[in-house]
Amino acid sequence: MTLQDRPTAPELLEAVREFLERDVMGAETVPTRVLFHARVAVKVLGIVERELRLGPALDAAERERLAALLGHDGEVDDLLAELARGIRDGSLDDSRDEVVASVRESVRAKLEVANPKHLET
Amino acid sequence: MGAPDEDRLATATSRHLRSPARVEGLRRLSGGASRETWAFDAVGEDATRHGLVLRRDPSGYLGWSERAVEFDLLRLAHEGGVSVPRVWFLLEDSDDLGSGFVMERVEGETIARKILRDDEYAAARPRLARQCGEQAARIHALDPVALPSLSAEPAADQLARYREYLDGFGDPHPAFELGLRWLADRVPAPSEAHLVHGDFRNGNLVVGPDGLRAVLDWELSHLGDPVEDLGWLCVKSWRFGVTDRRVGGFGDVDELLAGYRDGGGSEVDPETLAWWELFGTLKWGVICQIQAFTHLNGAVRSVELAALGRRVAEMEWDLLELLP
Repeated sequence: MTLQDRPTAPELLEAVREFLERDVMGAETVPTRVLFHARVAVKVLGIVERELRLGPALDAAERERLAALLGHDGEVDDLLAELARGIRDGSLDDSRDEVVASVRESVRAKLEVANPKHLET
Repeated sequence: MGAPDEDRLATATSRHLRSPARVEGLRRLSGGASRETWAFDAVGEDATRHGLVLRRDPSGYLGWSERAVEFDLLRLAHEGGVSVPRVWFLLEDSDDLGSGFVMERVEGETIARKILRDDEYAAARPRLARQCGEQAARIHALDPVALPSLSAEPAADQLARYREYLDGFGDPHPAFELGLRWLADRVPAPSEAHLVHGDFRNGNLVVGPDGLRAVLDWELSHLGDPVEDLGWLCVKSWRFGVTDRRVGGFGDVDELLAGYRDGGGSEVDPETLAWWELFGTLKWGVICQIQAFTHLNGAVRSVELAALGRRVAEMEWDLLELLP
């Protein structure tokens, strides 16, 4: 729940995205570069919409996954940094299969926000 | 930065033609904030029309620039039988147009998605992998002695450099760490230094209905392992969605290597090719991050650059697919 009035943040993003899709990209004369950047902007708004919707649950699952892998809880960015260091210095080599599986799930979680279509390729 | 001054461009072009010409149809083709590509036609007094391209850095130092190196490279490549636009002339200080050069415009398509999907290129697609192999072989046979300013970039140096870039941002990327470990354990033995194009991929190729017409964008050329160009062409991002065709989304490795042999190239070790493909995937991921930070640190504010930061995960995904 939030103090803020409607439209909600996702609804505002949707309104801006529709403006770009309908009024900017649909206009009769749009310079090619503006059209290209409008397409990019529409994609960016889609990312933010998905992050607002899915982000909290994906972060929580990531924290749980990393805590299980590393054997202790912490903030997601601290755990990720520890995992990255452990891969680089070789201290996690003994559990490489678990590490790779966990990293793949992390990247999948990022793509569910950034570009879900990429998961199909 | 605005459009180049048409009168100044006409004056420079007339000097090269040794007869008066006017400029028509000047339009921006592509390029970032510092590098620009403009198309225009030079029309002579006898109505002869030349389709041309201006490549320039508006704020670059006059008289010397990377553009001058690119100009020399294109000339060398043309002489060596590589399909490239013919260069016309370097801009001079007195032209007051920035630093850069003018070259012929090769008609055709560079937008990878169209090349891979439009009916117009249906007959071209099956030829492209082999043609790319032939072109790569000719590029790698060029004598780099003529280009003393090109830097040597062996595999080990590039790996170290991209690790440094990654560390510079401070955001952990465990997938890239897995890639770095795999790459560090298998660095290809240093090869004899060849001229490497450096950005040999779908998107930098001019394609017509008949096939490959020209190889563009030589600004990342350097000396190094020739397999680097072949591996880069195989990076999944350059397949633009046609992921089952490893070479640029249009062909298979066997065709690429057959073309490479026909063009006079050496035998390619599949493991070296796999190394450069995985390295290229990592490299493109890191470049996306660099681009995002170019926006974030205010050097160039652009939604396009900002969006690239969220594409990094695609290359992490692709890299994990390549890891054995």
